Amino acid sequence: MYRIKLENVNALLGAIAAQNDLFTPVKAGGKTNFTLWTEDTEVDLQTLKTVKSPKDVFFPQSETLYTCAKQDGKTTISVQDRCNTPFVVFGMKACDVRAIDVLDRVFLTEPVDSYYAARRTMGTVVSLACSRPDTSCFCGAFGIDCAAPQGDVATWMAEGYLYWLPQTEKGEALTAQVAALLEACQEAPVEEVKAKIREICDRLPLKDLELSQWGAQAADANFDSPLWEALYQPCLACGTCTFVCPTCQCYDIKDYNTGDGVQRYRCWDSCMYSDFTMMAHGNNRTSQMQRFRQRFMHKLAYFPANNDGMFSCVGCGRCVEKCPSHLNIVKVIKAFGKEEA
Amino acid sequence: MPVTENWKPTIVAFCCNWCSYAGADLAGSSRLAYPADVKIIKVPCSCRVNPMFVLRAFEKGADGVILCGCHPGDCHYSTGNYYARRRMTLLFSMLDYLGIEDGRTRVEWVSAAEGVKFSETMNSFVETVRALGPSVRLGDLRCKN
Amino acid sequence: MQELIVKARQLLESGEVSRVLGWKKGEFEYDPEPAFFETAESLDGFVYNGFCGANLSKYMIEAGKKEGKTLVFLKPCDSYSYNQLLREHRVDREKAYIIGVGCKGKLSGNKLPFEGILKVTGADYPDAQQTLTVQTLYGTETVAYQDAMLERCHVCKGKEHVVYDELLGESCDTVDADRFAEVERIEAMSPAEKFAFFQEELSKCIRCNACRNVCPACSCRKCVFDSTAFDSAQKANTTPFEEKMFHIIRAFHVAGRCTDCGECSRVCPQGIPLHLFNRKFIKDINALYGEYQAGSDLESKAPLTSFTTDDAEPGVGRG
Repeated sequence: MYRIKLENVNALLGAIAAQNDLFTPVKAGGKTNFTLWTEDTEVDLQTLKTVKSPKDVFFPQSETLYTCAKQDGKTTISVQDRCNTPFVVFGMKACDVRAIDVLDRVFLTEPVDSYYAARRTMGTVVSLACSRPDTSCFCGAFGIDCAAPQGDVATWMAEGYLYWLPQTEKGEALTAQVAALLEACQEAPVEEVKAKIREICDRLPLKDLELSQWGAQAADANFDSPLWEALYQPCLACGTCTFVCPTCQCYDIKDYNTGDGVQRYRCWDSCMYSDFTMMAHGNNRTSQMQRFRQRFMHKLAYFPANNDGMFSCVGCGRCVEKCPSHLNIVKVIKAFGKEEA
Repeated sequence: MPVTENWKPTIVAFCCNWCSYAGADLAGSSRLAYPADVKIIKVPCSCRVNPMFVLRAFEKGADGVILCGCHPGDCHYSTGNYYARRRMTLLFSMLDYLGIEDGRTRVEWVSAAEGVKFSETMNSFVETVRALGPSVRLGDLRCKN
Repeated sequence: MQELIVKARQLLESGEVSRVLGWKKGEFEYDPEPAFFETAESLDGFVYNGFCGANLSKYMIEAGKKEGKTLVFLKPCDSYSYNQLLREHRVDREKAYIIGVGCKGKLSGNKLPFEGILKVTGADYPDAQQTLTVQTLYGTETVAYQDAMLERCHVCKGKEHVVYDELLGESCDTVDADRFAEVERIEAMSPAEKFAFFQEELSKCIRCNACRNVCPACSCRKCVFDSTAFDSAQKANTTPFEEKMFHIIRAFHVAGRCTDCGECSRVCPQGIPLHLFNRKFIKDINALYGEYQAGSDLESKAPLTSFTTDDAEPGVGRG
């Protein structure tokens, strides 16, 4: 365990940025999101949740896959370089770190997504414990402890210090890079912080979210439930929930006309959109109810069925805060819980 | 982008088929000069111009966009240019609001008999845009390199 | 709130309406959701308080496709949106029973400057003068009602309903700002400053399309941005051009039809002041073609589908 005075955190970030690209939460236009750090960046470690999750550091909202250019009757194809500079994401919360595990299950199983895999190899995650969990948080329901986040390095803020604990080889390597700024210390203050955070977590209104109606077996059990018809009604069919979600991983592949060729890129897609998975024969989900059901069934039933019971929701609560109609996964989970009772 | 003395702006001119395009023709056959940087796009009527056309022109590298149509009252579809006038008034005002200088957008009414007006309009528009320099604010870098 | 429930129950039980469109209690106090109530019992979940900002008029398009009449609660500003939809033949007046509900200004959960909100008191029978008491995980806080009010309520266009079958509840004046002040502030900037301002705001856009989907004026069956023939990405701002293009076109497509209900700004997850686009068009329309309030009536000519022979020329009145 190491520590550094909070007023020196900028120097620490500078030292990290000297050898890596660095992404930190930054407030711009009144909202905090993960942004590439530069010397005049003011890092925002107070805001609990960034609007967008740090998912797009590993899986950008849009990225070029390859470019075709036509010249003198010849077409040349140039493949986009994979990420090859080491980078650090600083200040990820426990839920967002778990979300990376979810994405790994999708992108690192065969066939491996090499764009994502390269970023995972080059990236180091520095997590930050949540000092002030919010009412919309329910990571505890998925067994996530926001007081002791995973990640290559875990950090805590307490009593004017940032505590720093390397947890993996990558974390040790990063620690070595900035060792000059860190001082070794006792773990006791961190234990105190953890206890404080857990005490708050015990008072969170959504902490006891009942998930027993969900999991692999729910795929059949809940699909035809009449509840969906009532639940989806206020849904506007916008993509807010999917775009702020740290685990949503669907994407679309499109071509951009550059004038002398095409740039093939992929961008996030949303199962809430009417042209999601549109095929030549049309669309396999024709109503908003079906699209709505798909999103929650995927997170709570299909994903666990294919991934040893792991839910692809991490309880970050972003959809709870951001849905324009105040619909969210919590309401869905609870609706099915009630039915059983 | 470095602006040299020789820098020439790219101008997209949407000209209606019946009046302004014929006006441009007349300017040509009368040997009236106007800069070659003006790229004319013929449209059936000035009201055919969708706001997207204007935005796309800027995206693809235009430094100024001008719309030319029949004089009010002379539209060959009787009222098309009246609608176009309202739309472009609002659109150009919106672009100005976003920081796309109002000198980069213009509407002029040019009849088939006004070759001189066509050439003068283009000359003065090109001058205005040249003074403003390259338009980068709505530019898309992917297209420019 | 109780009188609304009583009335709704009455109409449901008498069979005059087949369903009620209103707001349902949410998970917390500050997140009621728009909801259809089909039975008298389900009305137990009905709620009407300061957090019921959602404009229900757009849901009436879908409701009109169902059997029977729908009872809908419309706030004064929502009634403008409904009227505009009526004018565009998107809703069926015969299939609606409209109760105009009073409005004392609506709140935004996002505008409460606290973390860990557990309970909000003072939003039930709101009065714009009062104070909200907010109980959070980290202590009890207070905030003036006005300070948590939606932007649109500070520039409210009035508490008169333009369409209704019946009126219930009281309203109170909430106006304490000039509707076009912010637009004028931007207009006065230099081109570089204007661009910097919008660049910062629009670069936050995640293209979730919430602004479009919530907009009662955006009622096309298939949006141009969703068309596979449209040469742009619908789901991501793949270039800085596209984030601007999307918002210019979105506002342009509703110019002259936008009632300034403010839903776009209310729902934006990134807090982009989207109403500034719509309001710029409204301000220009008012100045150039005469004062016009979309949705205020069913007869007047809309500014972009009409003209006069002596309209201002483009560029007139600009810097």
